[in-house]
Amino acid sequence: MEHQIKRDTVAMNGDEAVAFAVKQCDVDVVAAYPITPQTIIVEKFSEYVANGEVQTQYVCTESEHSAMTACLAAAAAGARTFTASASAGLALMHEMLFVTSGSRVPVVMAVANRALSAPLNIHGDHSDAMAERDSGWIQIYVENAQEAYDSIIQAFKIAEDTTISIPLMVCLDGFTISHTLERVDILPDDLVKHYVGERGYPMVLTHEGKTVPFKLDPANPMTMGPNALQNYYFEFKRQQEEAMKHALKRIREINSEYAKISGRGYGNGLVDKYQLDDAEIAIVVLGSTAGTLKVIVDQLRQEGIKAGVLRIRSFRPFPVEDVIHALKDVKAVAVMDKSMSPGGLGAAVFSEVRNALYDSKQRPILVNYIFGLGGRDNSPRDLRKVYEDLLHIARTGQAEKAVNYLGLRE
Amino acid sequence: MTTQEWKFTAKDIAAKPDLFLSGHRACAGCAPVSVLRLVMKATRGPTIVTQATGCMEIVGSIYPYTSWALPWLHTAFENAAANASGIDAAIKIMRKKGKIKDEYVDVIAIAGDGGTLDIGLQALSGAVERGHDFLFVLYDNEGYMNTGIQRSSSTPIGASTTTSPAGSVIPGKLEKKKPITEIMLAHEMEYVATATPYYWKDLITKVRKGLEVEGPAFLHVFAPCPRGWRSDPAKSMEYSKLSVETCVFPIWEAVNGKRQLSTPSKVISLAPQKKKPVKAYLEGQGRFRHLFTPQNAHIIEEIQRSTDERWEKLLQKCASGAT
Repeated sequence: MEHQIKRDTVAMNGDEAVAFAVKQCDVDVVAAYPITPQTIIVEKFSEYVANGEVQTQYVCTESEHSAMTACLAAAAAGARTFTASASAGLALMHEMLFVTSGSRVPVVMAVANRALSAPLNIHGDHSDAMAERDSGWIQIYVENAQEAYDSIIQAFKIAEDTTISIPLMVCLDGFTISHTLERVDILPDDLVKHYVGERGYPMVLTHEGKTVPFKLDPANPMTMGPNALQNYYFEFKRQQEEAMKHALKRIREINSEYAKISGRGYGNGLVDKYQLDDAEIAIVVLGSTAGTLKVIVDQLRQEGIKAGVLRIRSFRPFPVEDVIHALKDVKAVAVMDKSMSPGGLGAAVFSEVRNALYDSKQRPILVNYIFGLGGRDNSPRDLRKVYEDLLHIARTGQAEKAVNYLGLRE
Repeated sequence: MTTQEWKFTAKDIAAKPDLFLSGHRACAGCAPVSVLRLVMKATRGPTIVTQATGCMEIVGSIYPYTSWALPWLHTAFENAAANASGIDAAIKIMRKKGKIKDEYVDVIAIAGDGGTLDIGLQALSGAVERGHDFLFVLYDNEGYMNTGIQRSSSTPIGASTTTSPAGSVIPGKLEKKKPITEIMLAHEMEYVATATPYYWKDLITKVRKGLEVEGPAFLHVFAPCPRGWRSDPAKSMEYSKLSVETCVFPIWEAVNGKRQLSTPSKVISLAPQKKKPVKAYLEGQGRFRHLFTPQNAHIIEEIQRSTDERWEKLLQKCASGAT
């Protein structure tokens, strides 16, 4: 199959790959505000608009709060919408992220992950997106520019699926992916356009008793964004959980469907396993770090050490069963977090994995490594040390500390 | 903007079905809710309404009920104009792509004074600068009434609210009301106007004019709130009338920056003896009760002085044709 796929290979950084994918998805409205390291996305897209290469209404808002609001409202009016943000910008959107997911409109956003102030830092870590863990958005973390491109195309399919209809953020590591030039294989415009298709709408019952598409339409008046009190609010929230369950299923299916047209897939869509089948030690991680870890695993395997990597691609919805299954035969596992939860037991991914494994009869010894905050570089040597620590833990059967810091001056 | 003035009769208005329906949960004597109904009487065709969080948003949208017979969106407090921006952008591109067949779809954003002068000012200024095609209606009841009568930047000097209470040392709010229409005029908008529901025909006409503008238009509607003003619910329309007669809230419109008084205020400009003292407006409102004491008499004098000064300035601006 793969040899039949018409493809072009281009050199792009992650931001450019995102902008290019958005261009191919025939997006109706882009409302955005610039912030490093996502700025290249909106700059590149502005060029497409200025050169008439897209049929998109581009709204340069005066803040990220208004950018997210305008996307929400445009999506409510029936448009396919996209925005991009990072760090402080995502934090400024915080209120509207909840309103967007609660309003059940499928906005797609690229987040070029960056540290949160203070102190001010423009470099990559996952503090921004992890702070939005409970915002009701689907969160997909990508490993490289190629996956950023592919995931944006998939994002519209997932978010706009009428059984889901919730917003989705594609998270790419700031600078490591957003600004690094890579080889990216792109699909033909018409193939992407056909694959993504026109936006569909869930059908809902109006006050007039008609079943109509869920959008603002003068022909079928609908009250969107109502005030729901103690008697109804809870049911609205519970429905969002149902949508996430559908998303868990559709992310897998769309990963397979997309592989058929592109020749590329990412694990089962939810998790990407590398050398895990017989692994005795493993690292669980999000994003670009997985790429470096795979190289280290290859070296360790040559040395006869059974090491593996579990990259979580879908952090929300969290693939509980896949994580349990992937780690059940591993002796010692390090979960690596590029964010912190001061005062908590480890950071977000660690908590999540530990939580998932609690009910598993067969589970590894689990430790947390917090690393790379504020763009702190972690060399292959640092990362190899984590595997060495795991070897020791696997042999002795105990971990000295649950939470560790990697590459930190202490 | 069309040069042909829109004409209508009271009969036309009465015959036109309401788009904001009865059964809502507004208080007795609520003038803002009358404003909503009047605004909807001015619509000319396919229309989408969006509202900021506030009294007028919650009273008509308590799930599973609605008072809105047209498409309506609420998202948050500070962003009614950003909602309008998104809706406008969607309509424009979807019409271009043939996904919307209507020749036009009007967009009306509605917010209170908090959602306009305070927390909503940034989104409003941004949306106007970008030139989105929408009418922004500010219903000004001079405070955060939905949360229990707190001070906003639209609360007038001397008024007692729960966060600017009249105490033994501080006699209510010390600061002046923010001049929002001057701020909007500085954006060089095609249409900016003021209105109040007692003069309902004037209000409806202005809404229609604002809708006919291709681009942003701004309407500042003064709307008494008997709960927040601690006034007789039966007298809300009387205070609406008195606000114009005392020149506390003159009504006018500015088309392309040329300001012109509307008839009720024009009458006072031509016959200054008809201008009533501010006392007539202040008395009876509980929020100003503490001013009617010997030690605070100077505040009433100050309100009279500043009202006169603003009125004189307005007359000069109307005469010179400047904004």
